[in-house]
This record gives sequence, structure tokens and C-alpha cells, in this order.
Amino acid sequence: MKLSLRFLSDYVKSEFYREPKSYCDRMTATGSKVEGYELAGEDVLNVVIAKITEVKPHPDADRLQICAVDTGKETIQVVTAAQNVFAGALVPVALDGASLPGGVKIQTGKLRGEVSQGMFCSIAELGLTIHDMPGAAEDGILILPSDAPIGEDIRDYLLLKDVIVEFEITPNRPDCLSVIGLARETAASFGVQASIPTPKVRGGAGKTGDLLQVSVKAPDLCERYLARAVKHVKIEPSPLWLRSKLRMMGVRPINNLVDITNLVMLEYGQPMHAFDYRTLRGKQIVVRRAKPGETMTTLDGNEHTLNPEMLMICDAVGPVGVAGVMGGLDSEIRDDTDTVIFESAIFSGASIRHTSRALGLRTESSARFEKGLDPETSLLAINRACELVELLGAGEVCDDWIDFYPAPRKQTVLPVEVERTNRFLGIEIDRARFEEILTSLNFEIRGDEVWVPHYRQDVQDFADLAEEIARIYGYDHVRASAFSGAAQVGGRSEFAEFLRKVHRECVALGFFEIQTYSFISPKFYDAILLDSADPRKNSVRIRNPLGEDTSIMRTTAIPSMLDALGHNFSYRNPRACLYETARLYHPIPGRELPLEDRAVTLGAYGDTDFYAFKGLCEALLNRLLGCGTPREKTYTIRRASSPYLHPGRSAEVWIGEERIGEFGEVHPDAARNFGLNTKAYLASFSAEQLFAHQKGAPHFVALPRFPAMTRDLSLICDAALSVGEVEDVIAASAGKKLESLKLFDIYTGSQIPEGKRGLSFTLTLRDAEKTLTDEEADRITAKALKALNERFGVTLRS
Amino acid sequence: MKEKLMRLQAELEEKLSRAATPDAVEELRVRYLGKKGQLTDILHSMGSLSPEERPVIGELANRVRGAITEAINQKKASFERALRQKKLEAETLDITAPSEQIPEGGRHPIALVQEEIERIFISMGFTVEDGPEIETDHYNFTALNTPADHPARDTQDTFYITDDVLLRTQTSPVQIRVMEKTRPPIRMICPGRVYRSDAVDATHSPMFHQIEGLVVDRGITMGDLKGTLDLFAQKMFGAQTKTRFRPHHFPFTEPSAEVDVSCFVCGGDGCSLCKKEGWIEILGAGMVHPNVLRGCGLDPEVYTGFAFGLGLERIVMARYGVNDMRYLYENDVRFLRQFA
Repeated sequence: MKLSLRFLSDYVKSEFYREPKSYCDRMTATGSKVEGYELAGEDVLNVVIAKITEVKPHPDADRLQICAVDTGKETIQVVTAAQNVFAGALVPVALDGASLPGGVKIQTGKLRGEVSQGMFCSIAELGLTIHDMPGAAEDGILILPSDAPIGEDIRDYLLLKDVIVEFEITPNRPDCLSVIGLARETAASFGVQASIPTPKVRGGAGKTGDLLQVSVKAPDLCERYLARAVKHVKIEPSPLWLRSKLRMMGVRPINNLVDITNLVMLEYGQPMHAFDYRTLRGKQIVVRRAKPGETMTTLDGNEHTLNPEMLMICDAVGPVGVAGVMGGLDSEIRDDTDTVIFESAIFSGASIRHTSRALGLRTESSARFEKGLDPETSLLAINRACELVELLGAGEVCDDWIDFYPAPRKQTVLPVEVERTNRFLGIEIDRARFEEILTSLNFEIRGDEVWVPHYRQDVQDFADLAEEIARIYGYDHVRASAFSGAAQVGGRSEFAEFLRKVHRECVALGFFEIQTYSFISPKFYDAILLDSADPRKNSVRIRNPLGEDTSIMRTTAIPSMLDALGHNFSYRNPRACLYETARLYHPIPGRELPLEDRAVTLGAYGDTDFYAFKGLCEALLNRLLGCGTPREKTYTIRRASSPYLHPGRSAEVWIGEERIGEFGEVHPDAARNFGLNTKAYLASFSAEQLFAHQKGAPHFVALPRFPAMTRDLSLICDAALSVGEVEDVIAASAGKKLESLKLFDIYTGSQIPEGKRGLSFTLTLRDAEKTLTDEEADRITAKALKALNERFGVTLRS
Repeated sequence: MKEKLMRLQAELEEKLSRAATPDAVEELRVRYLGKKGQLTDILHSMGSLSPEERPVIGELANRVRGAITEAINQKKASFERALRQKKLEAETLDITAPSEQIPEGGRHPIALVQEEIERIFISMGFTVEDGPEIETDHYNFTALNTPADHPARDTQDTFYITDDVLLRTQTSPVQIRVMEKTRPPIRMICPGRVYRSDAVDATHSPMFHQIEGLVVDRGITMGDLKGTLDLFAQKMFGAQTKTRFRPHHFPFTEPSAEVDVSCFVCGGDGCSLCKKEGWIEILGAGMVHPNVLRGCGLDPEVYTGFAFGLGLERIVMARYGVNDMRYLYENDVRFLRQFA
């Protein structure tokens, strides 16, 4: 909301424009937030009204003329190319040292040998348009009326000087979308009086009711409808003072009647409309919902197809305006309009919003109705419009008005609660100050009751009153305190603490945390090659996404990880090692909200291979779940079959019969879909499952008192036999004396028969109770070998 | 005999000084101190001395042997030192050559700021809560005193799943969920992702992070809100930090405030970060609206409370000088590495 401080001074007699910064600071401090301000007219300097006393041709240039000019102080010579100058004309002249909008500087100089001590100005050179100065020459010098005072600063004469303050008005204060509303706030903020006159209309042109009938067929969408007729209107440009006010507030002047409706909207915040009476068929205004398929053409010349959710202003036949949004082209005020019907009404904000959205029409009017307006103000506004008509001599106003207002609103009344307010805010003010603040905001104190002004529909409750007190008293005067009450231990949930541990371990292992969007493209599922029956394809879908690429809530974070790897690869980062604790969203049949859980995803490319990446995954799992022993592993690894992973280089991680995640090389097709033309590695684990199986508090195990023995076993196995299978047999056979089992060589070559491979292990054996003998160690090793031989035909390498 | 001993010592010391190798020293040791060495010979001949002379010469002989042994040992040690020194010199490395790189790894800058804020509020006795990101209209709007036709509910700002389910636009619904299941005193914060229908640009993202805070108890005042946020601002941005509370409007608090902190770059003098204002807006806050309390079954005549919310991205960008929000979600290692 723009506010002209000159306009404001109509209501509050203070010279705020002299110190705009402190005005803005105080208004912000009391709740009318100022976004900024600008000084209008500052770009027009040293331009005065002057009289051309003589015009003669330039001796050396056909298109130039030499003028003698009386500036009120002296006579100067100005050379001009303008053709519309004449002796006796009053014009604005930019003197030596003047500046004009757009950074133009004027200095004394010579034009084709003749001295020119200034420049005559057109309206464009003064930063004005033909709308601001109707009738002015558009391709010549601005010729001023003959009574313009010679020597006066053009800014004073044309009312160009002002301070324009830009307010951010919060949605609870639609009353402040008006000069009068801000005048009231200004008065309360500075402890001064605002004088807001009640409009006075002489009338005398008969009864509105004799001309017009109004019927409201949709009272649920139209709380109040006021109409008042003005006869014998004379359509002409508004006077300068009115045009200037509109211009400063950012509204383009059109003609006196339209300008009046716009001025009243700025003054009161009430959008107004004016209909050409002769276009109203049946001499009727009918406020009703549109009929299906009904059409109308709005003022902007666009034709719209309407639907029954839209509220229309109609005549006996059809729509003449979209209620609260825009008038119709047919009922527009024209130069030959004779009788005008002013409308001032209260339409439902929600309805106006839907209509303006549906039609793609957002206007000053619709924006105001959307916020909710005050029906009492509607009457003041229509009367003000009529008062302005009389002031401008623009027409003859009827004596009365038509008022549809079946259920007048009741004024809100709240109790005076000084003590409670003090307790709530942590301040100490007495009743006198309490009353003083509320009175300054036009609240009325009647005994122990506070009567809320009709335009303050936001004040409904104790807390609302407390806010009024607090903001005028000053938020900065509320003393900071520490809350008391029972001590409480702060902290996170166990799961949140576990996630922090996941973060710590991932970072320690060299991964960078990433943040990817929770919404993804449905194409991401195809990019990771999920088949059509994959349950992960069943996602929560956003009804109004920004685009297809962000239209569904992910059920897997794997494509997001590949996307992040792909980004890094495309920027030629030689390696990336990334992780995310990503929230996933799984639709659950019969439940309103999906199940939200978290995945821990890891991804890497560059300087790594399957075993290096497996090592990182196992290190993470070991730290989170515990290491286990060869015989009792905390988790087991099985071959995986995920479509996005390399079928021969991927694994699933299981705890008992629970699958908790997977890792492996990314399938080259999936990698390519994310622009990864390199080997990439990926892991994904369920955070909830990791949490459920996390290792408990450490339990001390006595350090061994007896030495360990080691035995190496070099085996020849079928090439297809996995290391894991061999390890499991050794671990089961060797029993609890097997402290660790480590593969140290895989060998294929000349000494190994075709279809076989050599595996070499070191067994570390220890007895907790006594020193293990060589014989015992040999016996355990031999037994393991026997078990391997029986199970898999494994033999010892000679 | 005495002179013989003294001569022997002088002779050895002279020879020792000329010995150039460890072997030469060893040779001298054998020649003088060995079983058949010259000193041993002299001692063997002590039997010929008179009983008066014997203790005197014996003591002298022991002294000479001690001195010779010491001199030989010292000479040996000096050779060993020199040898070791030579070996160490041979082991010299180019200390400017690159080290073996250990893995880098690091948290995301948003997480760093989030953890820091969590730590501050935990130290003040706040719990850290969590809530769903896909929410019902009820929790996101209605229970937060946002009427049915409020502009915030508009589909232009909110991502809807169905008429009644949406992506939460704020972390505030967690306030309601906590108040419904917990009786006061309540002191909680809730960090998390929120969603609004904003196209991606340098200062907007359709997904961003907030931290919500809520305190509800008997006798909570607006002064307590100021005190809590003052303390937070000082711990977060430095002990000199000041706060400024400006009246504002949120449907679920009354009175409401926007909270600025004095610029932590220029200290309030005005710089490019604070756009010459000296203040940076970081928080929205206010006293919990009576309708919100009532909706959660809490009597506003008995209980009062305050709530606040802050956007993490804004603080991350201000603190680290990140000038484009898109960096935060591109996950480029060259960006992420800067915060490790």
C-alpha cells in the first residue's frame, strides 16, 4: 500500500514529510511495516514558471527560435526547437543548473551560436503523462494557464513534491489499505489527533428509488449493497489536486467520475463502481450468481464465460459487471453519460478470490474485497463519492440511497482486563494508560467494557486487545525475562540421537551430506529401471506441483542420490562420496497420511571399487550394529537383484530374516540415465531398521590371558564356491575357539586346475581358559578342512 | 711403578685421540684393558711391591683403569652418535611433498546450523520433536487458527495432495501435535522441511527448512518470549547481538512479532548483508493465540505460551555468505567441502 504523506496531511496535521525516516521507523514500530519510501519531485530541480515575452527566428537555423523569457527575477534567452511557443505563453523553464527526471542536467550553452540559458519543458520532460495533464501538448512545450504565477517552482504549482511511503499491510488489517486507516494509525502512533470528516451531501435531485430497483438474490455472497444515483453528470478531467493525489498513490487519472470512485477507494479502502444508468435494462440491478454458460465482456475488452460460482451484478437481462472484480464494458461511463449509479457493497472475500482467480482478473478492487471489508465504511464511502461530485460540480446527487443490509453487524464488546493484560505481556501499566492507548485507536471505553470500532474486525479476543496495548506501548518497552516453572530436561528422541550417530559415522568415513528434494519426477523411477509392478512406483502425488519434475513424493532416495552424483560428474569433479538421511513417503491404503520413514543412502564414484565401497558400507554397519564374531555375525550378505544395481556386483544386507538394505555397483544403464559415464556405487539402508538393531551399550570382555595361535589354510575350491560359504563352514566347525578368520589370498593360475581357485585363510585360535596346544590347533584346523571337504569337496593346496 | 701407570694413561689418551674408527678403539681397549693388556700386566706385577706401597699403587691403578675405561667408552659413544646422525641424515624426506589424503567428509551447511540451534535450545531445557511433512489441512491450518478462506491456504502457495491433505507449509503443525499429546509445561523445538509453491531462484525454493519453537505453561509472558529469543540470539550470533521486535501478524499468535537481530557482520553499522539497515530479519514469533490453546484442550485463562519460527536457509546464507539458495540443493562437492 502506497501512502502519499501530502494526502495523509488532509487528516493528520503534522509535517511528517520533513522527516520521513523517523515517520517510517515509528510506524513500523507500532505495527504498520514500512518497506521503504521515496521522495517524489526530487528529480525536478530548478524548474520555474516563466513568461515568454518575445519570440524571434534563429539567424542560422530554420527550426530553432530564440525566446526572451521573464523568470520573475530576470530576463533570460532560451533557444528552443519547439513550435508551440508564442509571446505571452507561460511555460516551465529549466534554468541553468536544473535537473530533470532521468538524470538530465541543464546548463547554459550555445545553440548554433546563440546563447541559451535554459530549456522549456514538455510534460514528458517533467516525468508526467497526458493522463496527469489532460489537454497538454504531447509533442510540444507544456503551456500553463495564464494565471500561473511567474517565478514559482513548477513542483509547487503542479503538486509534484511528496513523500511516498510503501507499507506492507498484514492480512488482518484491511482497514489500513486506505489513507484514512493509515491516518488513524499515524495519529495513535504519534499521540496526535486525526480529523476524519463525515461526508456531507446536499442532494436535491430526487429519489434514487424512482430510477432504480435493486434486488440481491445471493445474500450469502453480498452482505450489503448500496446504490445512489447522480443525474446530469458532466464528464471532464478532474482538477489538478485530484489528479495529483491519484498519481502519487499510483493510480492513473481517467475522468472526474472514475477518478472520484478511485479516490474514495484510496481514502476509505472501499472499492466503488459507477454504472451508466441508461445501459441498465429494466432499470434494475440484480446481484446474483452467474447462470451456466453466461458470458460478458469486461472493461478491459475481454469476453469471459461465467459459471454459477461467480457473483455477478446484472440488470434485468444479463450481467453488467463481475461483482467486486471488474465492471462490464457496456455499462462503462462514457463522455455522454447523463445519469450514473454509484455502487458501494460488501461481497464475500472468498467468492471474489475464486472468481478473480477463475477469470484471471486481479484488480485493486478484488484484492481489497479478498481481505474482508467493513459494511459501515461502505455507507461513508458512497456518501463521500457523492460529496466529491458536488464539490467538483460534476453532477446532481439524489437525496437518498438504496441500502440492502439485512443483518447489520454487531459491535464487538470486550471486558477491560488491565491486570490480565499486564500479566500476559509482562508489563506494568495502569488503567489510565490502558484506556489512553485504546482510546487513541478509537476504541471506546464504557465502564468496564471496551467497544471495538466497526472497522476493526480483527479484534475479537483478549489477546487481540493485548496486542493493541503492546504495539502502542512499544514492543521494545516489554522487558525481557526468563520463564520460570518446573525444570525440564531438554534433548532429542533416541531415534534422533541415533540419526546423529549415523551422520557422525558417515562423515568420519569420508562422505559429504547432501540435501535433495523430497519431491521427484515420476521419470526417476524409470531412470532407475524399476519394473511396472514395483510397489515403490505407488507414490503420493501432488495435485498442483510446480512441474512434472517435482510432482510426486519419493518412495526411494536412490534416484536423488544418482542425480547428485550425476551433477558432480557433469561438473567434472574427479570424485564424489555422498550420503543422505532421506525421508521417504509411502502411501498406506486406508490411511489419510502416508507412512514417513528414512533411508540412509550412500553414493560414490572415482577412486573406489566394489570392495573399497563394500568396506565403507561394512565399516558403517559395524559401527552402528556392532561387529559380531565369525560364528555370530550381526548381519549377513546375500546376492542382490535390484534392477538399478549390477547383477553380479551387488549385495543385500540381512539381519535374520529381515532385509535392511543393499549396496553395490550401479547398473550401467541406470548410471547412464543420470549422466554417469563411470562406475558408480550405491548403498541404501533403512534408518528405522538400523535403529531397531543398533548395538547396545558396550559390555567389557576380559582381555585374554592366554596366547593365541594362528594356522594358515590354503584351499582349492570350486571357482563358483563363495568365500562366505567357506567361511561359514570353517566358523561352524571351529567353534568358539576361532577368534578371527581372514582371507589373505585368492589365487587362480597355472598351479590351479581349470574351474577351481585357491583361497588362503588365516585362522586365529584361542582358548579363554588355557594355553592352546599345537596339537589342539592342528586338530581344529583338520576338522574344519574335513568339514569343507565333505560339504564342498574342498582340498588342501599342496 | 707409579710413573709407569701415569705414562700408560697418557700414552693411551694420546693414541685414543688419534683413533679414527670404532675398530681402532676396540683394538686399543684390548691392548690396554684386555686379559693380556698392558694395564693387566702392571697389576699382575704388584706382588713385588712392599706392603706399604701396595695399597697406594693399587688405588692409583684402579683410578687409571677407570679413567682409561671411561675415555674408551666416550670415544666409542661418539662414534655411535656420529653413525646414527649419518643414518638419520640419510633418512631425510621432502616434507613439502604431499601427505596421504585421509577421507574428507562433512555435514551439509543447513545441518550445521540446525545442530547449533538445537544445541542452544536443548541447553535451555527444550525437547526436539518431529512431525509428518505430509499433513492434514487441520493441523497445518485449521488448528492454527487459519480460517477456511485465508489467503495462506491458497493453492498458489500450498502444495495439495487432496482437499484435506497437503505438504506442510510450516513446522507449526508440530506445535498442535505436541500440545495434543503433552500437558504443560511444554518447551519444544521442531526442525524440519516445509514446502511452498515458490519457483526456484536465488532466494526461493519450493522446499526449505524451518525450526519451530513452543513454550506453554502457567504464567508465560511476552517478556519471557523476548528473554528467550534474546538469549538465543546472543548464543547464536555473539554476545553483543541485540534483537528488535516489530509488531506483525500471524494467525496463530497474538500479539505477533517479527524479530530482527543486529547484523552479525557489521554489528549494526550497515553493510551489504543487512542492506545498510543494521538489522537482519530472522524470526517470526508471538504469544500463542487463545483459539489455538482452546483447540488443544488448554484453557487460555490458565495457560499461556509463546511460539516462534525461523527459516534455516536464510541464516545459513547470511552466516556463510552463500548468495544463491540453489547451491544448497545442488550438492556439488566443491560447495559441500567448504563447510567440512
